[in-house]
This record gives sequence, C-alpha cells and structure tokens, in this order.
Amino acid sequence: MDIFGPVLNGFGVVLEPTNLLYCLIGVVIGMLIGVLPGLGPAATIAILLPLTYGVEPVTAIIMLSGIFYGAQYGGTITSVLLRLPGEASSVVTVFDGYALARQGRAGTALGIAAIGSFFGGTVSIIGLTLLAPIVAGFALSFGPPEYTALAMLGILLVATVSNGSKIKSIIAASVGLLLATVGRDGFTGESRFTFGSLSLSDGLDFVPIAMGIFGLGEILYNLEERHNKVQAPAKVANVWPSRKDLKESSGAIGRGSVLGFFLGILPGGGATIASLAAYAMEKKRAKNPERFGRGAVEGVAAPETANNAAATSSFIPLLTLGIPANATMAIIFGALLIQGVTPGPQLVQDNPELFWGVVNSMYIGNILLLIMSIPLVGVFVKILRIRAAILAPITVLITLIGVYTINNSIFDIWLVIAFGVLGYLMKKFGFEPGPLVLAFVLGSLLEENLRRSLLLFGGDPAGFVTRPISGVLLLLFLLVVLLPLLQKAVKKSRANRSLNTAPHKEKEKETV
Amino acid sequence: MTSSSRQEAPLGTSTPHAASGTGSSAIEADPVEPLTAEQLAAEWDEERPPHAGPLANVAAGVVTALLGVAGVAMSLSMGIGTPERPEAGMWPLIISLVMAVLSVALLLFGRKTLDAEAFSSSSLQVAAGVGTLIGFVLVIGLTGFEIPTLLLTFFWLRFLGKETWRMSILLSAIVTAAFYLTFVVALSVPIPHLF
Repeated sequence: MDIFGPVLNGFGVVLEPTNLLYCLIGVVIGMLIGVLPGLGPAATIAILLPLTYGVEPVTAIIMLSGIFYGAQYGGTITSVLLRLPGEASSVVTVFDGYALARQGRAGTALGIAAIGSFFGGTVSIIGLTLLAPIVAGFALSFGPPEYTALAMLGILLVATVSNGSKIKSIIAASVGLLLATVGRDGFTGESRFTFGSLSLSDGLDFVPIAMGIFGLGEILYNLEERHNKVQAPAKVANVWPSRKDLKESSGAIGRGSVLGFFLGILPGGGATIASLAAYAMEKKRAKNPERFGRGAVEGVAAPETANNAAATSSFIPLLTLGIPANATMAIIFGALLIQGVTPGPQLVQDNPELFWGVVNSMYIGNILLLIMSIPLVGVFVKILRIRAAILAPITVLITLIGVYTINNSIFDIWLVIAFGVLGYLMKKFGFEPGPLVLAFVLGSLLEENLRRSLLLFGGDPAGFVTRPISGVLLLLFLLVVLLPLLQKAVKKSRANRSLNTAPHKEKEKETV
Repeated sequence: MTSSSRQEAPLGTSTPHAASGTGSSAIEADPVEPLTAEQLAAEWDEERPPHAGPLANVAAGVVTALLGVAGVAMSLSMGIGTPERPEAGMWPLIISLVMAVLSVALLLFGRKTLDAEAFSSSSLQVAAGVGTLIGFVLVIGLTGFEIPTLLLTFFWLRFLGKETWRMSILLSAIVTAAFYLTFVVALSVPIPHLF
C-alpha cells in the first residue's frame, strides 16, 4: 500500500516549526474568541478567517484546524462555567458540566472534556485517514448529475435537521442560493443582480457574508440580550481529573468516540445528535442513572467526546465529496477554497500532499488542544470574568478591520455590516443562518453542475432519475421532503381515529 | 433556581435553597439540584425575550415572498432559454419560484409557530450600534481608523455597555492604542491611518 508514504510526508510538512507555531496560535486564538459568550465555532472561525489570509496555503490550513479545535473547546468552557452552550452540540454538556462547576469541580469537568475531545478527535481522524481515500475513490466516478443531486440533498438535510422551522430554513437556503448567483454568469457572461454596481460584478465574496451573518450578526444579537446573568467562578482548581474520574469516564469516552465518528459522517446535525445519543447511552448504561444531571463525570465525558469525534468525521463528506455537512464545515470549505484547495474526490489523487496536510494538521491541532487547554483554563476563566460590555466593541472592531485587511476594500466592510444586520434580523425572526451560508457556498457548484447535466442530457431532466447514483440521491431527497408530511398525516388520522374509537372503548368497559 | 445562579456566590458555597428534587440521593456532599433537560429548557425560555406574535411570521413571509417575486421578474428579464440551452435567468428563476412558493406556505401554515422574538426597547441599542458601524465606515476613509475606533469603542462602552465615564475613556484609549500597535506597527496592514 502506498497510501502510507504520502501520509508520512504530510507529517513532515506539518511538523515544521513555523507550521506548529501557527497551529498553536490558531488553537489559542480560537479558544480566546470561542469562549466569548454567544460566539459558537462557526462565528469564531468566521471572525478569524482574515488571520489565515496572508499565510501560505499549507500553513493557513494548519492554523485553521487549530482554530477549529480551539473554537470547539471554547464552547465547552462556556457550557461548563456559564451554562451557555456555544452551539447545539454542547447543550447536553451543560447538565452535568454546570452541576460539577457548582460543586467546585469545574476543573474536573473541563479536564475530562479536553481529554475526551482529544480521544474522540483522534479516533475520528484515524477513521478518516482510512476511510477518506476509499470514499473519494468511489466518488471519482461522479459526474455533474451526481453532484447536482448530492448538493441538493446536502442543502436540504442541513436545512431540515436544524432546529428551527423547516420552511424558514429552506427559504434561508434559497436566499443563499440567490446570493451565489450575483455577478457575471459563468456560462453566458451576463451580469445578474448587480444593479449596475462594479463591485458586485465579480460576485459576492464568501468571507464578508460569513463574517457578517455569523460574526457581526451574533454580536449584534447579544448586544440586545446580555448573557451576564451567570458569573464565572473566580478560580478553577484541580484541572487534572483524578484517577477515579478517568476510570469512571473511560468507558464513556471509548463508546462516545465510536458513536460520534459514525453519526458525524451523516450530514446535518451530526455533532448534535452524537452528543445527545452518547449522553443517553451512558445514562442508560449507568448503575445509578439518577446521578446524571447532578454532576456525573461521564455525563461530561460522553457528549464532549462524541461531539468532537463527530465534528472531526464530518470532514469526511467535505474532503471526499466536496459537500460540507454543516455550517461550520461550510466555513471551512470557504476558507479552503480561498487557499486554492478545492475539497472533493480529486483532492486525494491530484494533491495528495495538500490532502494529507489537511488531515495531519488535524492530528496536530487535536494534540495542541489537549496540551494548551488544561494549563490555559485559568486564563479563560479570567476572560469570562470580563464584562461582555467590554468585549463587544473589541470583537466588532476585529471583525470590521479584519474584513478590510483581506482585499483592502471599504466595500467589504459595508458588506459585513449589511450581512450583520441580515443575520441579526434572521435570528430575531426565527430563520437559521446556517442553511443560508451553506447554500451560498454550494450555490455556484450546484448551478454549474445542473447546467452541465442539462447539456449532457440534451435538456431532458429525466436523465437525473435514470442514472443509478443520482437517482438514489434524488429518491432520498424526496423521502426527506415527504416523510415529515406523511408522519403528520398519519398522526392526524390516528388522532381522528382515536377520537372515533374512544366512545367504543367506554362501551367495552361498561360491558366488562 | 435562577435566583441562586444570579447571585455572585462563588462555587462550592451554594446557598441553601429549596433543593426540591435532591431527595434522598446523598451521592454528593453538596446539595446540588438536578438540572434536568426540561428545567434547563424552561429556564432558557424564561431568559429569552418574549415571543413575537403571528404578525412577525406574516411580515417575514411577505418580505420573502416579495423577494421571490422580484427575483422571478428579474430572472425573466435576463432570459430563461430552454432546458437544452439554459440562459442566465433559468437558475435564479427556479430558486425565486421555490422561495415565493415556500413564503406562501409560511404565510398559510407557519404563522402560528412562535419562533420569532419580539423587538423591545433594547432593540434600539442594536439600531444605535449599527448606526455607529455605519459612521465608522464613513469616517475611516477620511481620517484613518484611529479616530473612528476611539469613538466607536467609547460609544459602545459608555452608552451600550453602561460603563462609567472614567472606565470608558480609559478603555477606549487603550483599545485604540492596542489596535494601532497590532495592525499598523506589528502587522503593517495597509489600513488608512493618521499617524
């Protein structure tokens, strides 16, 4: 097998001192921004995108993976200390994490979360290393019709799995698709939705949109609803979990890793479902389930391991198919595109050093996270003690000046503000921002492949259904659309029937 | 529940309060109330701003429906072409149609879902914040970034964050200096600057 050669070469690149340094900076800054209340991983990575600009591609990717893991852990810190999950996937961590914090064992919770995250992440990367080339090989035969179906299914799944209203999520996704069409049409050269503006004729950039909707939108939203009801503790002691804690949670970490890896491959809420499932599983297996919710160490270890494993394995659809599975992956996708890396099945074949560079940087990011998180917990606690009122203007300025530095363009700052307001309004009106950004990222790919397929089929859309893979994918698409409607109908008819049968039952009782 | 967490009581010294659910479980020395999912969800609900009524959904639906209709009109003017030879307007037309149809569906079926939040007086703070951002961009091209940075930080600290005058003046000066040192001196980013 000559797959190990490139893997090892990739390590050589990753382990260069400069790259290690950038990864370290990424982890620390990722955690720093990630602990700011209300900013989840997607927002954190969006705000920090400009940092990766001026650097070489491989270094930038390594830094990005550091930011990714740092941001992920930042959300855990706020879950445990402030009862404020950074994103849906660390909601369950709050139950036992916050309970532990109130017993003065916040350090234990954070330590076990870091160890579990490292473990889950590592298991997932090993799985990814083995599985990714196979999936990519399978996907090499994909043509435009398959990509069309895959992109549509990906957008639909992310829109329907998100916790908001499904109709609203799909509307948000179609706004994202429309935004992706702004600019000159690649096929005919005609300008679309530019309103005569020269700045718009090249299309909208991904970075101002992501930074506006996720970053600034989130900051504006928090401005209204201050989260400083819960005070962070002044000091966190005993960050190293005791041997007893480790023993108690080792099973949870092992099971969480495997569960997280498999659930993470699924598009949509992989990490969220994984954390919930891992928590439920541990609670079921436990001898005293009533300990859960009152500070059980496994209650932190299981979901944190599973969500990191899932977050890592959701790189598989991104790197092998070029389809981001969730909003965070959409941002990573955009960031990779900026670096000249087009994730997809060709990546392993054409650019093995880049592909393995990305994968191996994840090993390093994960290790650095483990090394940095435990000693730095004290620093983060201090940051959490700073009032949100002071942090807000600083993050806003980082966002505005950061986006300017990318193209030295004032127009980009205007875009960030416009999309920041849009992101804020979307949150207020119950629209999920994730599907919009994801659809924007996939928009041009989807349109290009759709038009290519139509050319291929001579304009006959039936061609999509007759090709086996695209046909199956479209069938899945239909199932995802129709299943909830069917369920609703069944529920309704059942409710009607039970209303009708109710009197009968009473009669039966009387006769008995 | 909320009252205890709002106090500045440090960890471990959890004030004795009605720990209703703890019951007989003496696993932990500290009486910690169980945080069940339902309780936590209820608490988060409490902390959230009040729901906006169905009107918010109607407004959102009308806006997205109008966007969809405008998209359809503009796509038609770009030219649709045929399925064999699609033109620039074909794809935007399809999306705009989906958007318009779903907006109507939202207006018909989704009105009663209470997932929108009502605007309150604190929403004015957001409007003021956006105002300062617009001011920031207008001024940055004229005077460089130092003065707008100082003013924006000061405004956010003093008026949006309700910090004291002294704190606001001191901190905004420090923040501006830090940004100058980071972006101009250390990273030499070509951002317009005075000095």
